[in-house]
Amino acid sequence: MTKQPERPNRPVLSLHVPEPSARPGDEVDFSHVAIPPAGSVPRPDPHAPAAETHPLATTLVRVLDDAGRAVGPWDPKLDADTLRRMLRDMMLVRVYDDRMYRAQRQGKTSFYMKSTGEEAVAVAAAHALDRDDMCFPTYRQQGLLVARDYPLVEMMCQIYSNRRDKLKGRQLPVMYSDRAHGFFSISGNLATQVPQAVGWAMASAIKGDSRIAAAWIGDGSTAEGDFHAACTFAGVYRAPAVINVVNNQWAISSFSGIAGGELTTFAARAVGYGIAGLRVDGNDALAVYAATRWAADRARANHGPTLIEMFTYRVEGHSTSDDPSVYRPKEAGAKWPLGDPVERLRLHLVALGEWDEARHEQLAAEIADEVRTAQREAEKHGTLVSSTIDFPQDVRTMFDDVYAELPWHLREQQAQMVAELEAKRK
Amino acid sequence: MSVMNMIQALNSAHDVMMARDDNVVVLGEDVGYFGGVFRVTEGLQKKYGRARTFDAPISEGGIVAAAIGMAAYGLRPVAEIQFADYIYPGFDQIVSEAGRMRYRTAGEWYLPMVIRTPYGGGIFGGQTHSQSPEALFAHVAGLKTVIPSNPYDAKGLLIAAIEDDDPVLFFEPKRIYNGPFDGFFDRPVTPWAKHPKAEVPDDYYTVPLGKAAVVREGADLTVLAYGTMVHVALATAEANGIDAEVIDLRTIVPVDIETIEQSVRKTGRCVVVHEATRTGGFGAELAALVQERCFYHLEAPVQRATGFDTPYPHSLEWAYFPGPIRLGTAMQKALED
Repeated sequence: MTKQPERPNRPVLSLHVPEPSARPGDEVDFSHVAIPPAGSVPRPDPHAPAAETHPLATTLVRVLDDAGRAVGPWDPKLDADTLRRMLRDMMLVRVYDDRMYRAQRQGKTSFYMKSTGEEAVAVAAAHALDRDDMCFPTYRQQGLLVARDYPLVEMMCQIYSNRRDKLKGRQLPVMYSDRAHGFFSISGNLATQVPQAVGWAMASAIKGDSRIAAAWIGDGSTAEGDFHAACTFAGVYRAPAVINVVNNQWAISSFSGIAGGELTTFAARAVGYGIAGLRVDGNDALAVYAATRWAADRARANHGPTLIEMFTYRVEGHSTSDDPSVYRPKEAGAKWPLGDPVERLRLHLVALGEWDEARHEQLAAEIADEVRTAQREAEKHGTLVSSTIDFPQDVRTMFDDVYAELPWHLREQQAQMVAELEAKRK
Repeated sequence: MSVMNMIQALNSAHDVMMARDDNVVVLGEDVGYFGGVFRVTEGLQKKYGRARTFDAPISEGGIVAAAIGMAAYGLRPVAEIQFADYIYPGFDQIVSEAGRMRYRTAGEWYLPMVIRTPYGGGIFGGQTHSQSPEALFAHVAGLKTVIPSNPYDAKGLLIAAIEDDDPVLFFEPKRIYNGPFDGFFDRPVTPWAKHPKAEVPDDYYTVPLGKAAVVREGADLTVLAYGTMVHVALATAEANGIDAEVIDLRTIVPVDIETIEQSVRKTGRCVVVHEATRTGGFGAELAALVQERCFYHLEAPVQRATGFDTPYPHSLEWAYFPGPIRLGTAMQKALED
């Protein structure tokens, strides 16, 4: 480094750069992950001052124990039908992810992102929220759409950017949007949706509405200024918002330590903003449900926002463009100490006597069939690659929706493009 | 000499400069152990240590601001913004701080820093992985903006940018990282290995900032291009049998006005091409410069071939891209009058 003036009595500084506990070739090491027993964390009253939640920001709210029993004050005591529905939704998300991932590998679309291991974060939250609460997701909460019964065919048509894609092929696959299902448009730019969710929540308060907003953001993206703007606005205006930090430990190749995760928890960000904060086992569907419901109740009672860290693990690569075996041990996902959210919920239903192997297999077969059928239907409307030259959409639609009305220069450009395509066909 | 693609050449530029000058440090999202999502910084952390090549939090504002602080200290930071589409959270730091530091302190502080970023479409990246925002930065006083079009230039320009004492925006056309894509998207791309500009010296050399290259001499008209569009321009001239003089600007600010003037005075006709949106694009600046300085040599109005004024559409990307037909039409128009 640059030669410094001699200061013999001062210690020499050095730069600290965080490193994950294991790289490819190393033994997987999750010994730094502290896991309190299920049921051991107290549940404050949702109307309590925010400070009462702050001890919960550095522990882990867990409901399901190793035997699949729901224990402790956070047990949401859901009926078996709801539990089975949540299990079904999570299984469906996983099968859907697998099919779409494979479709990308088969060249039917350009890109895909799976949510393997994080299904509970979206699905259980969707069940805990009201159907008309507004969600501001990232690209890994496809479970919200599934849990809200958004048609699989519609989802797939977006993945394929095909003729029936309601977004007219404009968005990268997985960047869904559906107003009717309370699912805000996904941006490829990170963290932008969180302060927008707070603004939506503020509007709901301004209008004396009763709906709340929920936002999701990854651990890595909490470094963006937008996240901090969101927490500030949410706290200042006591916005009825639930801000979920999905800590899946990885932002492409950067482990959560690069976002400050070694210094404290992401839930502990709430302390600095003076808002409620909870840290939750994100692979425990009941804990996710309970915490989301707690935060939603709090928001509906005008007590303001809650920051929830959903502690989970990104089992697969960031996207189809990523190969995680380059930067972390291959078997890391399988060794995550908080297990598989689907398997844990299944075990719970079995422990309750509400589920068995035969029913599970039957459900798995039904889901596989449902996804296959939807895929066949979606592919009737084209796939991205089969339609690269003969464009899937009417190409003139490229100029729609830039503005409410088409100004002269776009009209000219539209005519120019049509002429070009005619020239190309000759 | 080695045969390198753009990625390898850029990697080599980092390597050469980090070995020569221990003030050169590299930061950005995923640039450390992983070596960057496009692998431009691969191996640098291993070779030069974590204190000189390190992952940054996902905060482009933080990355740029930290680079400013490091440059103020006396380092020569090279910051990677993972996609140009992600640069906007850093915009205030670039525009209000980096661009003005020398001026507002009358030279007391200056910022020898480079912000590298992959830009442009053609990879089905949708609207957040395809943009060409170079004009936003070209519009800002105090910034230099550099855009290479081949491995040889990429390495030489990046070394020159790192050695430059002012902030440099270094836009890397990601569509040509692996081969000189010529705009014919339905044909296979030839790899760089078959291109003469893939012969890259292993050691130090520079390609000066602010100097364009005449990549094809011609008499019919002048095409002003940079990045991917240089290759599209060459292929379009070829396909249409036009004897075009193709100028690779390489640096858009400060632009090499002498080379432009010389060429347009010779040919009397000019087409400007860029992938970025048309309105307020850098092509407008080039057209203005040409008419201000070469008006009485012009035989026809200056034509622009550009991206359309819409966000970059995912599935309609090849209808959007200013390929050989759009550029060819612009060339024909410039030749008609």
